[in-house]
Amino acid sequence: MAVSGRPLRILVAKPGLDGHDRGAKIIVRALRDAGFEVIYTGLHQTPEMIAEAAIQEDVDAVGLSILSGAHLTLFPAVIDELKRRGGGDITIFGGGIVPDEDQPALAGAGVAKVFTPGATIQDVVDWVRGNVRPRA
Amino acid sequence: MTKREWLERDYRESGERPVRFSTVSDMVVEPLYTDEDASAAASVGLPGQFPFTRGVYPSMYRGRLWTMRQFAGFGTAEDTNERFHFLLQHGQTGLSTAFDMPTLMGYDADHPRARGEVGREGVTMSTLGDMRALFKSVPLAQVTTSMTVNCTASVALAMYLAVAEEQGVPWTKLGGTIQNDMLKEFIAQKEWISPPVPSLRVVVDMIDFCARQVPRWHPVSISGYHIREAGSTAVQELAFTLADGIAYVEAALARGLAVDTFAPRLSFFFNLHNDFLEEVAKLRAARRLWATLMRDRFGAKDPHSLRLRMHAQTAGCSLTAQQPLNNVVRVTVQALAGVLGGVQSLHTNSLDETLALPSEQAVMVALRTQQILAEESGVTNVVDPLGGSFAVEALTDRMEREARDYIERIDGLGGMVRAIEAGYPQREIAEAAYVYQQQLERGEKVVVGVNRYAVAEERPPELLRVPLEVEERQIDRVRRWKRERNGAEARAALARVRAAAEGSENLMPVLVDAVKAGCTVGEVSDVYRTVFGVYQDPAWL
Repeated sequence: MAVSGRPLRILVAKPGLDGHDRGAKIIVRALRDAGFEVIYTGLHQTPEMIAEAAIQEDVDAVGLSILSGAHLTLFPAVIDELKRRGGGDITIFGGGIVPDEDQPALAGAGVAKVFTPGATIQDVVDWVRGNVRPRA
Repeated sequence: MTKREWLERDYRESGERPVRFSTVSDMVVEPLYTDEDASAAASVGLPGQFPFTRGVYPSMYRGRLWTMRQFAGFGTAEDTNERFHFLLQHGQTGLSTAFDMPTLMGYDADHPRARGEVGREGVTMSTLGDMRALFKSVPLAQVTTSMTVNCTASVALAMYLAVAEEQGVPWTKLGGTIQNDMLKEFIAQKEWISPPVPSLRVVVDMIDFCARQVPRWHPVSISGYHIREAGSTAVQELAFTLADGIAYVEAALARGLAVDTFAPRLSFFFNLHNDFLEEVAKLRAARRLWATLMRDRFGAKDPHSLRLRMHAQTAGCSLTAQQPLNNVVRVTVQALAGVLGGVQSLHTNSLDETLALPSEQAVMVALRTQQILAEESGVTNVVDPLGGSFAVEALTDRMEREARDYIERIDGLGGMVRAIEAGYPQREIAEAAYVYQQQLERGEKVVVGVNRYAVAEERPPELLRVPLEVEERQIDRVRRWKRERNGAEARAALARVRAAAEGSENLMPVLVDAVKAGCTVGEVSDVYRTVFGVYQDPAWL
């Protein structure tokens, strides 16, 4: 599935203090079932913890699940922490309750895609296939 | 003609649509139920009588309507206080408080981990000053209050008791509920500080303390709501909730409390999902199963110990961002299941809440939905009008039977605390959630406006948004509070909390002193982190 012949490695991360992990867990399973290598951080991660895990696990993409309303704070914070660790080329996508009017700000901050309520797991799998490339 | 003859001849000849006839939990239902399927009248009983299948009170809503209790909380204590007064002015009969995530995880607003989350999913609450502002001009002797808070419930209750004292209301007059159900946190809601065993100790401290000093208070609300929202089936919600209840009773008995001293104050909280008959059956089965467990397993004698009284809330996870007006209809059907299932208290969700915090207009429609059910629909005129329906009684029997099987499995694992440590309920729920998602995507389960009858539409802008300045203001306020209090007094009070946590003294009296001395939610939580340890998400998949 990946251009280089190795499966894509994806970190699914749950930043913030809320405990809504139903969606994150479903995405982890769906991406695994689709043949990707998926690492799940578990709940209550700080942006530093997520960036650290992404670098250590040498992932190609990080998917953030955010339902706390803190997306405008947390997405950019994760991106900054990744850049600081030399992971600026890691694809960042996410999902959660994110109002449409916040999408431009997130895109501007470098978030490649945000899935909102009603998106299917197939949408996510297809998007990852089409848009995430293995890091050099 | 027997049911089987009828099925094989008349029913088969008339045919059926080519779909799977199953509940939203994927429980396959039969085309017809008759007296061959349903419980004998004796096991159903009469309203107000053991085993309370038909309701906990003889006159039910003819005696007293359920409490209309809308969950609210956002921004600062002042913002939420204003919403409370709005709701009370429009006929709401009880209050229910949503706290923000930092409060629920034991961080003050000025903690770095609170960044971006202060006042966002609930009201920010770090100090006694915040609690005072939250209940300003709310007469605590008249209005019952519910507080949805768990790992920091002990601190929140201490603050509430201190505010009651300031208002001149004796603790014996205080009515209300604090959620304080830590076991379901590990299973589903996942706001925690310390591991299950010390968390349970704090819960039992509160059960013990309230039984002695705040006798009209419900010290724990044993909650299936979040279990269902996390993706469980209706049977799992019922079974895990009652298994949590069993664990609390066992822990309180192990402390040396007599069952009838605390069991009457245990209360429950269930979800109301889309599938009407399944939900009605679940609530009826919950009452019958709990009454039987309390009598036969724990030897309770006081009839109040046998009565499962419940709050219920319509299912947030059933609402859709697409065509949001349709949510009013979903909430109505779900609320009707609650009423016909015999709830004591009800929250109806707002139509816009999948998009953002509910607007005032949406909250009003939600409250009016309850008032229309109560005062226009006529369903309150008859006690348990669905009782005796072959289908409802048969489904009630089945829910009870399947929940009992789960409870036996959990007993076999050594009880709910051990089951949680082994990840058993967490995995069962994750599995059910995944199965449901796949059914949705294959179109086997229908969500109107999402996977069927979808239309192109623009999402409306967010109506109620908590401005980022709220966080800055609250941080300043908490810092000022910490500067202006008597530091030596606060430190001494916190040391007493630590001593109580390290020993076996009940935490509640020292916590009341500590919050009066100015100790904050975050500071007490730091003591818990130090003494009891920090729980990490095992991330069971």
